[in-house]
Amino acid sequence: MSDNDINEVEHLACDVLVIGAGGAGLRAAVEARLAGKSVIVISKSLFGKAHTVMAEGGAAAAMGNVNANDNWQVHFRDTMRGGKFLNNYRMAELHAQEAPDRIWELETYGALFDRTADGKISQRNFGGHEYPRLAHVGDRTGLELIRTLQQKLVSLQQDDEAAGEAEDKLQVIDETTITELFTGGGAVKGAFGYRRGTGRFIAIAAPAVVLATGGIGRSFKVTSNSWEYTGDGHALALRAGAKLINMEFIQFHPTGMVWPPSVRGILVTESVRGDGGVLKNSEGRRFMFDYIPEVFKAQYADNPEEADRWYTDPDRNRRPPELLPRDEVARAINSEVKAGRGTEHGGVYLDIASRRDPETIRKKLPSMYHQFKELADVDITAEPMEVGPTCHYIMGGIEVDADTTASAVTGLFAAGEVSGGMHGSNRLGGNSLSDLLVFGKRAGEYAAAHASASESPKLTEAEIAAAAEEALRPFGNDGENPFALQNAMQAVNGRLVGIIRRAGELEEALTELAMLKERIANVSASGGRAYNPGWHLALDLRNMYVCSVATAMAALERDESRGGHTREDAPGMDPQWRKVNLVASLDRAADGTEAVRLERQPVPAMTPELLGLFEQTELSKYMTPEEYRSSTTGPSSEES
Amino acid sequence: MSERNFRVWRGDADGGDFAEFDVEVNEGEVILDVVHRIQAEQAPDLAVRWNCKAGKCGSCSAEVNGMPRLMCMTRMNLFAEDETVTITPLRTFPVVRDLVTDVSFNYEKARQMPAFAPPEDLKPGEYRMQQVDVERSQEFRKCIECFLCQNTCHVVRDHEENKPPFAGPRLFIRAAELDMHPLDARSDRREQAQDDQGLGYCNITKCCTEVCPEHIKITDNAIIPMKERVAGDRYDPLVWLGRKIFRRAD
Repeated sequence: MSDNDINEVEHLACDVLVIGAGGAGLRAAVEARLAGKSVIVISKSLFGKAHTVMAEGGAAAAMGNVNANDNWQVHFRDTMRGGKFLNNYRMAELHAQEAPDRIWELETYGALFDRTADGKISQRNFGGHEYPRLAHVGDRTGLELIRTLQQKLVSLQQDDEAAGEAEDKLQVIDETTITELFTGGGAVKGAFGYRRGTGRFIAIAAPAVVLATGGIGRSFKVTSNSWEYTGDGHALALRAGAKLINMEFIQFHPTGMVWPPSVRGILVTESVRGDGGVLKNSEGRRFMFDYIPEVFKAQYADNPEEADRWYTDPDRNRRPPELLPRDEVARAINSEVKAGRGTEHGGVYLDIASRRDPETIRKKLPSMYHQFKELADVDITAEPMEVGPTCHYIMGGIEVDADTTASAVTGLFAAGEVSGGMHGSNRLGGNSLSDLLVFGKRAGEYAAAHASASESPKLTEAEIAAAAEEALRPFGNDGENPFALQNAMQAVNGRLVGIIRRAGELEEALTELAMLKERIANVSASGGRAYNPGWHLALDLRNMYVCSVATAMAALERDESRGGHTREDAPGMDPQWRKVNLVASLDRAADGTEAVRLERQPVPAMTPELLGLFEQTELSKYMTPEEYRSSTTGPSSEES
Repeated sequence: MSERNFRVWRGDADGGDFAEFDVEVNEGEVILDVVHRIQAEQAPDLAVRWNCKAGKCGSCSAEVNGMPRLMCMTRMNLFAEDETVTITPLRTFPVVRDLVTDVSFNYEKARQMPAFAPPEDLKPGEYRMQQVDVERSQEFRKCIECFLCQNTCHVVRDHEENKPPFAGPRLFIRAAELDMHPLDARSDRREQAQDDQGLGYCNITKCCTEVCPEHIKITDNAIIPMKERVAGDRYDPLVWLGRKIFRRAD
């Protein structure tokens, strides 16, 4: 491309614009194209590199291939328990019901999951799941999922070509970042962004837009997330007028690498524990038995003998506490380290070497074996790993309608990590890959239907020019280096809004974030527009900022501890808080300044049929008596 | 911690040169950490592609002292303390900027690869396959598309003219994967590899296998079996006939 057309904006149009090319975005694109719509997928990185690739353990779906007692009701119950009953029950219901079909469908696209002895898809144990439920491929399930969807997209492109369809019916535009959504009359009508390679701007008109941009993990220093996860979709939705819920709930995965420093935060799959690995402190004590919370005592073994028997006889023994939901395990590790029983590098030991033979370990956990061997000089078949919590996933996100994934903005849909509600206050491992398939498909389906019923929108020169001016602003600024500002924001979040929170610290975080606001507005980029990471980060910073503020505000407001939100000054769950979602929206003043507004909103009440799936004694641990007594006639006798 | 010397190629399609940087290096660090430190402290516009930083996404491919490598998996302790480390972009693909190359060649080749053909008589949920049978294809599905094999392959490394007819090792393992897929309904994967992908250009020097960060035995487990079977099918009438009959009986 010659230099003289760098200022010319590239204009495109389609029926359904999908922003994000991870599992949710690609699944949405497949569905929208199958519905006959023209589709553009925007990928922030190269096609096939999205963070879905990092998912290791598997995709949860109650297929019942390994334990025939499993069914959607059991999966639903586990999901609600994991989320501490704050989940949008309808999303959890749809998810549990539809996940098996979404997995089986992948086989027709060419996916090759590990098998059971009778040739079905194998399923593995994971934290919080009552039965072996995760379809997997060794410990690289996410790679299989994204490659399968990537190849499905290509096959649809080939079908179009064979049918003589225009090439633009299904396009993937890679290494492109969206910086603005265009709206008019309360409806979305397109998006604006830049191509990384050239820095050239792109404006896309579309009556339906699916946000599938993933999470916000890059706002934390110790994170399993890559540079892409800067809360773009969360921020775009806020600015377009949609709402975010549950932003205080951030999942710190209990097992990230802690050493060497350069790999701190990189994920160590939960499968290590699912396949027999145990957590030990520096005194050699298997400490998770000391951290089984009251609500989970019925399901988790309180002694090593029973826990170890469970691997071979799950029907007559309770599960090992290493497989408690992630929030519980992360807090336990945090407490051990704080009590001075941590490892040399500030983690705890994750030991599979003394529990499984080397061949089994290499076979079941090949990528963990290589990761530790090559990055830390640790042979996991011979010595324990050092692990500690790492920022992994945000349960909070765009408030959507459960069935249609529609946000409050007409034509704007959201699926995957960027949406909120499905996982409540804590997500179970394995429920993310299935979430993005179930709701990715739904987003594609309903976005396509919306596009069919809509006129093609027109973008104005003025709004495009304004978006371009905003995107170029860092080049004219004389402020700080974006990398330094990112470090500063990560430091605030890590120190004050991390795994354990206190009111005073959250107030301090908000004050410090407010001071960062001006510095971020004045962030400066040097160099040219072609593939300039400094400029890209400068533009991402404002998204990270607004998400960080929403999280800190909600974390301060919710003075209880639940799932991925732990308040040292307000320990324990409060049934009154279980009924409340915190909803963030954006107020824009006349001078263009933006402020996050936080409101309370009731959590949708579960239907009597779904309430009936639980014992009253269990519900009583989470709910007020009126809630569970009013809708059930008596203690449910249902139990498998 | 020590300060070390690096030469990083900087430029674009019109040309460029090496820039020298003295950078602090800490215990356990990898090349990508160094590049990030240069970016954060000395050259914020230094172009580099990366994502997972754990050897799982295949984004940060480059050449370190001339060797094709993932920057995130290249430990600094591979190099002597006083050694200048040279980082250059992949040589086989056009430079976009600095360490970033235009790898669209690989995506174009993937577009030409016939997709998995699902068996018509099986509905979703009815697929039955044995672990031992899926494992052969699973080896190739470990591919993270870092394109180091494509980059190092001498058929295209310095031979632009071979790019149109040659799909490269990444796509050969894709063909082998589908050929060995227990339920793929197509039976012409090998012929397709020979006729449309340019399998015949490969003369089995195994360079691709050597650079594969996933340790996929590209040559031994994919390319050689495909070549042998193509040769067997084409030049041995008995094998050809036998395979035809066997396949029909399937």
